[in-house]
Amino acid sequence: MRKNTKRAKAAAAFYDMDGTLVKTNLVHALLFQAKNQQGVLKSITRTAQITASIPVFFLTDLYNRSVFQERFFRSYKGESEDRLRFLSEELFEEVLKPSIFPGAIDLIERSRSIGLRQVLVTGALDVTVAPLARYLRIDDWITNRLEFVDGFATGRLLPPVMVNATKASWIRTYAEKEGLSLHESYCYTDSISDLPMLSVVGHPAAVNPDFRLRSAALQNNWPVLDLK
Amino acid sequence: MLLLRTLALLRRIFLIEGIMALALRRRQYDHVVHIDTDSQPRILHYGEDFLLEDLPIGTRVVYPKPPIVGLPNPEAAIRYALHHPLDSEPLHAQLFPGMKVTIAMDDISLPLPPMKTPDIRQQVLEIVLDMITAHGVDDIHLIVANSLHRKMTESEMKRMVGSKIFNAYHPDRFYNHDAEDPEEMVHLGKTDHHEPVNINRRAAESDLLIYVNINLVPMDGGHKSVTVGLCDYESLRPHHEPQTIIDSDSYMDPAQSALSRKCERMGKIVDEHMNVFHIETALNNDMFLSPMSFLARNEDHFSDKDWALFNMTRATLAKLPRTAKRKMFFQFPANYKMIACYAGKTEPVHERILKHCFDQYAVPVKGQCDILITGIAYVSPYNVNSILNPILVQVMGPGYFFNMYRNKPVVKKGGVMILTHPCYDDFDPAFHPSYIEFFNRCLPDTKDSFELRAKYEQEFAHDPNYIQMYRRGNAYHGAHPFFMWYWAENGRKHLSKIIAVADNTYVPEMLGFDRASSLTEAIHMAKSIMGRSAEITMLHHPPIFMSDME
Repeated sequence: MRKNTKRAKAAAAFYDMDGTLVKTNLVHALLFQAKNQQGVLKSITRTAQITASIPVFFLTDLYNRSVFQERFFRSYKGESEDRLRFLSEELFEEVLKPSIFPGAIDLIERSRSIGLRQVLVTGALDVTVAPLARYLRIDDWITNRLEFVDGFATGRLLPPVMVNATKASWIRTYAEKEGLSLHESYCYTDSISDLPMLSVVGHPAAVNPDFRLRSAALQNNWPVLDLK
Repeated sequence: MLLLRTLALLRRIFLIEGIMALALRRRQYDHVVHIDTDSQPRILHYGEDFLLEDLPIGTRVVYPKPPIVGLPNPEAAIRYALHHPLDSEPLHAQLFPGMKVTIAMDDISLPLPPMKTPDIRQQVLEIVLDMITAHGVDDIHLIVANSLHRKMTESEMKRMVGSKIFNAYHPDRFYNHDAEDPEEMVHLGKTDHHEPVNINRRAAESDLLIYVNINLVPMDGGHKSVTVGLCDYESLRPHHEPQTIIDSDSYMDPAQSALSRKCERMGKIVDEHMNVFHIETALNNDMFLSPMSFLARNEDHFSDKDWALFNMTRATLAKLPRTAKRKMFFQFPANYKMIACYAGKTEPVHERILKHCFDQYAVPVKGQCDILITGIAYVSPYNVNSILNPILVQVMGPGYFFNMYRNKPVVKKGGVMILTHPCYDDFDPAFHPSYIEFFNRCLPDTKDSFELRAKYEQEFAHDPNYIQMYRRGNAYHGAHPFFMWYWAENGRKHLSKIIAVADNTYVPEMLGFDRASSLTEAIHMAKSIMGRSAEITMLHHPPIFMSDME
């Protein structure tokens, strides 16, 4: 494979994670944490609570991604930071690694081979993302981070919260800081909520898109990729 | 009385001479006619529609030859070819239990449109697979040699080989070639001109590679089957480039084709490393099924029923949306019949098949013209079940139709080509994603093939999005629109102007064409360049034919 030596300026490939590179979503990670609480009873109770909340998560996500995130991360309230970090490798091995789409690794490899910096821009939590990013040899990643007080999650997120337009805003700032050409950069996501992020790069692509993103991609002549 | 008799005699003589003169004028050959005062209007394809045009008197119209009668028993012909191969052991003598056999076959770009089932590939495969399995061979893979073309869909693959073979081999042992799978490609060596020969690993590592070919145009078949059908981008670059096209006069004439010569060089490397058993078939040109078969005939010979059917078809098409018309056309398979089948070593097999191809497709034509008119239909090798986008309109006009000659082009150097197609700005995002970017980003920058190749081709070829869409979807490779642009290089260089009779106003301009809103206007525009007495020739494609120029 050859490197593209003609690129005038450095550029990057920005990826959303859930639904784009892996088939899992935020709820899978939360369920894994719930299932692995200290004590069987606690695990069963937490799992039941989360399971009962899934329809609410689904509906709020349909309504608005910001509202969903606010509601969703509240579920982490009271979780210990140590435990979340302790379980992250296990979460990766048991849940995330088997869920990587077959085409995702190839896409990243091809993208790297033409000299693009690999960057994850995701609304998932830092503890969840780090092992996956290392496995995929991602150069840089920005995630959501829980606020912890005395080692326990408050259920709130620390700024910057990675959702909708803030992802696009972060990409702009990052590209400026790193001297990257957005015109020559690529961006991949599966959800219409990431439309702003797609709109700031020269090579946007919809990956395994939902109906709304597929329509937007077709209207804009953006490539539609199926990595499944 | 004597005077009256003399007058009657003279009248008869002049009448006969007149008829003879008319006949001579009109029937230089059966398939070449000249438009006269009493000629019928001519039908021109216009994408998914038809134009009916009165051509200027004196216009020469060239028709394909009538279809050669198909072989009465194709299965017997196939079996005979397998048992009596050229320069090779019979197929059965090459088989032994435990061996590894790969059967590669042409993809959906052949024939056009797809033929009535059973497809010839199915007929050949049924016989070959029976023979192979009867000899205790279990390790058999079937590969569609799609090169950098789009991968065929499951339903297309099933239609091509029949459900029995499909169900037995798909997906593990019947699949599309993937030129972008580095694990599945192997480097066989380089030619003495430093052309790398990279071939599908499974095919290269088999004890026997059987290639099942369908020959429709003389560019196909021979060493091109394996060296192109099963290669990767790096192996394609040495000959899918503008200079090779310029050096070919034309690429449809293997004897004068630099493309063929390069494929032959690469084919010799293949033959050094692999045991290839080539099965080639030639088809007749019976493209249209019975009710529409008149479309291949001289309009002067149309019956009232033919005209009624044509007018009815045209009226119906006028009422349908374009997608429905396209879908309808692709529902009509071609009525092609096999006219020859040979097997054995690639070169002698191809030589024999080419002879049969030329018997069907070569039409003798005397003298070049100043203005060449051709209709562009809804289909090309690259848009089966899809849209003939602007780049493909271009490849059909100054690309294929211009190049369908032997000895010299039908149109003089500096002449004008008129093509008829709506030239709509419509692309298939699943099949032709890189075409969209090529059209909207590259063409406004430059139309020069060498510049396009230097500036953009590699970027598109290595674009991770296009690679994924090729590998996991049904997209043509990122570099494919460039090849399509190079294909028309000789036409662009040879012609002083290309005029599109089109509805769309900006697509022709993007392609470097002039635009006319009617054929009459286009002919006036062409005559303003070539003079009032310019000689006009219309190629009555399809069915396709090659002009054998004298």
